[in-house]
Amino acid sequence: MATDLHRPVTAPAPSPAGEPEAAVRVEGLTRSFDGRAVINGLDLTLKAGEFTALLGRSGCGKSTLLRVLAGLDREIAGTVLVPRRRAVAFQAPRLMPWKRVWRNVLLGLPGKPERALAEKVLAEVGLTDRVGAWPKTLSGGEAQRAALARALVREPDLLLLDEPFGALDALTRIKAQQLVAELWQRRGCAVLLVTHDVDEALLLADRVLVMREGGIAYDTAVGLDRPRGVGAPGFAGLRSRLLSELGVEDGGAADAGADHQQQEVAAAAHSGV
Amino acid sequence: MTISHAPPDPAAGLEKTPASGSRTSPDLEPIVPASVRRARLRSVPRWLRRTVGPLLLLALWQVFSATGVLHPDVLASPGTIARAGGDLIADGTLPAAMGVSLQRVAVGLVLGGVIGTVLALVSGLSRLGEDLVDATVQMLRTVPWVGLIPLFIIWLGIGEAPKVALIALGVAFHLYLNVYAGIRGVDAQLIEAGESLGLNRWGLVRHVVLPGALPGAMTGLRYSLATAWLALVFGESINADAGIGFLMNQAREFFRTDVIVVCLVVYAFLGLTADVIVRTLERLLLQWRPTFTGQ
Repeated sequence: MATDLHRPVTAPAPSPAGEPEAAVRVEGLTRSFDGRAVINGLDLTLKAGEFTALLGRSGCGKSTLLRVLAGLDREIAGTVLVPRRRAVAFQAPRLMPWKRVWRNVLLGLPGKPERALAEKVLAEVGLTDRVGAWPKTLSGGEAQRAALARALVREPDLLLLDEPFGALDALTRIKAQQLVAELWQRRGCAVLLVTHDVDEALLLADRVLVMREGGIAYDTAVGLDRPRGVGAPGFAGLRSRLLSELGVEDGGAADAGADHQQQEVAAAAHSGV
Repeated sequence: MTISHAPPDPAAGLEKTPASGSRTSPDLEPIVPASVRRARLRSVPRWLRRTVGPLLLLALWQVFSATGVLHPDVLASPGTIARAGGDLIADGTLPAAMGVSLQRVAVGLVLGGVIGTVLALVSGLSRLGEDLVDATVQMLRTVPWVGLIPLFIIWLGIGEAPKVALIALGVAFHLYLNVYAGIRGVDAQLIEAGESLGLNRWGLVRHVVLPGALPGAMTGLRYSLATAWLALVFGESINADAGIGFLMNQAREFFRTDVIVVCLVVYAFLGLTADVIVRTLERLLLQWRPTFTGQ
């Protein structure tokens, strides 16, 4: 079957220091909580402009890694090199409720940015008519798009997405995923998408990483043609391979929600040992 | 996508209603649109509806006074009170007294407000500040401030100072507690989002912490206004030679219940005005807040 074509090449050898096109270089990263290493001697290189998805069970440290890359968590050991211009979109939109949408978008930008700048980037995510709205009046999908606009307005070289579609309903999620794919193709920045949804990772990413036991346990390129669908040839093979890497046997009939629950149960059992 | 749930077993459904044809149709009840249900009372303007309660109370009071149930020495009738109020306004006594009292409240409010807010900022924004300030304020807070009146008189004499100080004290504690709680209640996720957007410490304070603490501050302002009037009454009932409290004390000596009630009405009126001001402020400053506003 097609699976074998997408077998991982060996984990990419850490690129020689100073390679210009690396957007992220991490060497020997360790992050411990109360003496328990959640990330343990992790090495990772992300190429500029590459869309990478990071999969893992709940509690495997994938969100911690993202927070480290975002510079939000600095209780670390090891080397972490990230672009100066980086932006994060979280699972919750985290818009400041006391600022109108456009002010939220411009928040934290240096100097005195014009409203027109916010309008431009909000148009890019399809929120032209909500520029002056209060965040409380936005729907879940709109709020998430506004948060995306807030990340993009910084023109990041690295865009970090922490399960940004996790709280959206299934239909909105599909549209949001399409939007992210479009924006990435237009902007060409490196993207790291943290998710627990294998389908989402395969739909969007060039490269999928699986995190386990504090390190990158599995690393594969996704050579599917874009735009992708779940029915694309090779998709199913990659999917079941990734699921087995995540410790879930793909019965072919389990939906994503059930997967997630199983993962969580498994993770809970695992951490109890 | 894949289908995860098998469709319900059709046999089970059939078994349950063997004689589906003979089933009696259920009683239907109309769901009346809210606009119809509200129509009658809702068409009356809100402010008018709000005045119905007080007006009824007033009417009842007048009836009791007129029928002699309520003796004038116990409580004067609304009519008498209105006349007394008119006289007091006409001869300038009441406006003068109100001016003095309002000035006391304003000065005390500003003074206490600044002190309370500054202390709250110090202990809310820095851990060092919290260690230094919070324990002290919490300790002092447990002292009933009315109990400090004798001490204030010894320290500050019997002029304006002890009255203003009393008001400032009551105001400062309320503002401190609420602003401090407001600052500490700001969502840590928003702080983190602010950090990820590149805000520095001052930017975080200005764009995230302070706006987030504003609802708490407004609650504090409401409480402190109420306390300010209370402190005013206490302060003015001791050694005052001007102001509404003084007018009330004088009236007590002459058994003028009508003047006493006029003064109480003035207090109530001033309190209500303050409340309206705070409400307006809240509407302007907190319009972003996604809260339940009643139906």
